[in-house]
Parts: sequence; C-alpha cells; structure tokens
Amino acid sequence: MIRLKIKKRLFGPQGEFLLDVEFETKQAEFLVIFGPSGSGKTTLLRIIAGLEKPDEGFIEVDGKIWYDSKKKINLPPQKRDVGFVFQDYALFPNMNVFENIAYGMKKKDKHKVIELLRLAKMEALKDRRPDTLSGGQKQRVALLRAIAREPKLLLLDEPLSSLDRDIATFLREEIKAFQRRYQIPTLMVSHNIEDAIRLADKILKIENGKIIASGSPREVLFSKNPSSGFILKGILLEKVFRGTDYLLSIAIGTDIVEITASKEVGETLNSGDWVQISGKFFATVREFR
Amino acid sequence: MHEINWLPFWLTIKLASITTFLLLLIGILLSYYLAYNRHKINTIIEALLSLPLVLPPTVLGFYLLILFNKQGLIGTLWYKIFNKQLVFHFEGLVVASVIYSLPMMVHPLTAGFRSVPKNLIEASFTLGKSRLETLIRVILPNMKASILTGIVLSFAHTVGEFGVAVMVGGNIEGETRVVSIAIYSAVESMDYKTAHIYALILFFMSFLTLLALYFLNKKWKPYDKA
Repeated sequence: MIRLKIKKRLFGPQGEFLLDVEFETKQAEFLVIFGPSGSGKTTLLRIIAGLEKPDEGFIEVDGKIWYDSKKKINLPPQKRDVGFVFQDYALFPNMNVFENIAYGMKKKDKHKVIELLRLAKMEALKDRRPDTLSGGQKQRVALLRAIAREPKLLLLDEPLSSLDRDIATFLREEIKAFQRRYQIPTLMVSHNIEDAIRLADKILKIENGKIIASGSPREVLFSKNPSSGFILKGILLEKVFRGTDYLLSIAIGTDIVEITASKEVGETLNSGDWVQISGKFFATVREFR
Repeated sequence: MHEINWLPFWLTIKLASITTFLLLLIGILLSYYLAYNRHKINTIIEALLSLPLVLPPTVLGFYLLILFNKQGLIGTLWYKIFNKQLVFHFEGLVVASVIYSLPMMVHPLTAGFRSVPKNLIEASFTLGKSRLETLIRVILPNMKASILTGIVLSFAHTVGEFGVAVMVGGNIEGETRVVSIAIYSAVESMDYKTAHIYALILFFMSFLTLLALYFLNKKWKPYDKA
C-alpha cells in the first residue's frame, strides 16, 4: 500500500539531525507515528503530503510513485490525493461549515456533505462560520473536510493535542469509527500514548529521526514481562517529621501523593529530589470516572 | 452665478479609477511574488517600489518625462504602436500615476498576503486546489481589509498627485487638467472662488473615503486574523 524510504537533514532544538525513515504498510491500516516532539514526525507527514521535499528517497502509494529522487519525480500536493488534518484545524474563515467540507470534494455532492455532517451529529451547525465553533467542533469539521474528498491516504497531524482531555477522548473514538467506516488508510502523528493505544493497528516509534521500534501497540508500548508490581517516579515536594516517621508529599504527573517513610529513609531525602515508589498490587484497579 | 467647470473632476475620477484598477492587477501579482518568495533581489525590488514615496514628485515626473517623450525609451515604443505621444496625453498620465501610486497598493497587499496563515494555503493545496484557485477562493477573501486599504490609498494618492501630473501631463483642458492642477491654475489667476469650491469638494471627498476605510477595516479585521 505505502512504501516509503526517505532521508532529510533537519534542524531541531538540539542541533542538526537526520530524518532517516523506511517503512511499508498494508491496506486500510491505521498507523500511528509515535514519538516526542522535535523527533521529525510532523516533517515526515508533511513530506508524504508533498508540503516539504526530502533530500532523497522514494514514496509509493497504491502502486503510484509520488516521489522518487532518482527518477526526479515529485508530485505536488494537489496530485497526491491525501486528506490532511492540521493540528490547528486550518479551516477557511471565509467559508461556513458546509462550504469548508465541500471545498475539496472531487465531485460536488450536497447529499454526501449532509450525510457526513449527520454522522458527526453536526447538521445543525452547517451554516456556522468556523470562528463560532468550539475546538472540538472545528477539528471535527477539519476531519470531515479531509474525508469528504475520499482520499487515498488520510494524514492526521496531532489532531487531538490542542483539545481538552474529555473532548479528545470522545473525538478519538469518532476518528476510529470514521476510519473503519470508510476504510481509509491512515497515518497519524502523535506524542500521546492514548492515541497510540486506542487507534493504532500498528505503531512506528520514532526518536531523533529514526524508527526505534515498530509493531502492534502491545509489542511496542507494553512491558515484555507483566507483573503485579509497579514503579512510579515523582518529585518530592515536602517532607514532615511526625515523631517516628516522615510524611512525604510527592508529585507524580499532575497528581500529588502523600506517603509515609521510615525515619532512616526520610532523613536521606530533600525536597526537589526525584524519588521512586514501588509496590505490589493486592487490590483491584477501580475506574473513577 | 459663478459657472463651475466640472471637467477636471470627471477627469480626475476617470484617472484615479483606471489607475486603481490597473494597480490592483499589478499589485496582486507583485505582492504575491514578494510575500511568498525569498530571493536576495527582493530587497532591491522592495526598495525600488518604495522610491515614489520619498522622491520629490517633480524628480519622478522629470525622469518620466524624459522616458515618455517621443525620443525617450518608452515614448518611442509607444509612438510606434499607437502613433500617439505619451506625454501631454491622458494615457501618459495613467502610466505615470500607476508608477507614482505603486507603493500605496503593493505595501498593504504584501502585508495582507503575509497575514494569511500558511496552513490555510497548504490545506487548500492538499485539498487538490491549484495556486490560482487557492489565491481566488482562500487567500484574497481572507485579506479583504488589506485589499480595501490598497484600493482606497491608491485612489486617494492619485487624486492628490500634482508634481508628477504637471510634469508629464501639463495643463491641457479635458486631457490632462486634473483637479489639483485646476486648483493651482485658479489660484494663479486669482480666481479664489473656484479654487475654494474645488478644494473643499476634494477635502470632503478624501475625508469620507478615509472614514469609510477605517470603518470597514474595523469590521473586517477579525476575519483577516482568524
């Protein structure tokens, strides 16, 4: 389906590095390119869309060559037949929701636009201007606009990263549903582990421009040796001596955990230290939502 | 009752309208190039384009007169094609005005092109639209305020020109005598009443156009950002 091998010199925050990527995908797969920011993953997506040019290599989609440095082929974005969803939506402010979605359609089909809007439960918003929509609604319009042109390849550039967690969770399921329904091969760039786990058939883990792991979410993201133990890392915010032991306040992610420690352990720690808490589960995990 | 000769007004409006229309076409092409291309030569082009802003109009008019006359570089060519002189004719005035008012159109348009978010243009490309269609349906509608500013400033600047007009066009009734020149002639011949009437009309016309410009700019501004 997609065969790709490209190289491009990039300038990141830590200086120059080489984006050097090679992969193949199968029919209608949902591929998540997963990695930290500055690892070259957005550039990779833009290269596939034809918005940026690699230094060398080739890109072949559905048996058609989009780029080949040896044969001097470089199709412009217009001829590549992709649906690109930008991180910050890129909706046309001068058009309403309906016009935005219809803009890129190969054959203008009013009924199809309405059907898409109905599937996304956005029919009532069809005459609204983008600047009157919420972030989640805007991203939904951007997704519909990309799908409406029935592209060979759907490219999603961190589409959920600027949305609230709850809205992102909801929209994530919607993206999955649309992708399944229309069977569009999809490449999504993300640094969010939930995107990778919930959406991907296959994950490419990328760091400093290189693919360091690929496979199913289970193969790439989960620990090889499951156990009932766990380790959490956090920063010690405060310690209070209580006569016989210490009470430690530790920041783990966005949560603060209070935990006791023996006098001996507590005395060796200072606030600001990185600490590791390990334990073993005896209780079951409970959902809190 | 004092007879007012309206001919200079019609001539001025005709000149400013044609000039503005031509400038809009030239300006869109030039500004599109300047806004989206980065060549070293662009700095030189931008400096040249701004020259009419700082040059005394008589200096510009003098060189245009040299270029446009029957022996001049452009004048000879024009004479061969149209069998008519460029200087002291309306057509010469139009060409001179286009050059004189060029920065008034190019500056706001270039700023406008640069203000349109790049990802809107890229989105349009990935949606299969050509450069031209993207320009017409996405870029220009999202820089309406800049286009309006360019149109109004070019029009007003052309209405107000004197030095260039008098050098290239002279003072020929019905052909090159625009309002600004008519006012000068009236004052010279001590006809203060005519000068007053012309000047006052021009004053209010300019004020009202600028008022409309600022009003519309305020209304359209949020659109240009989005």
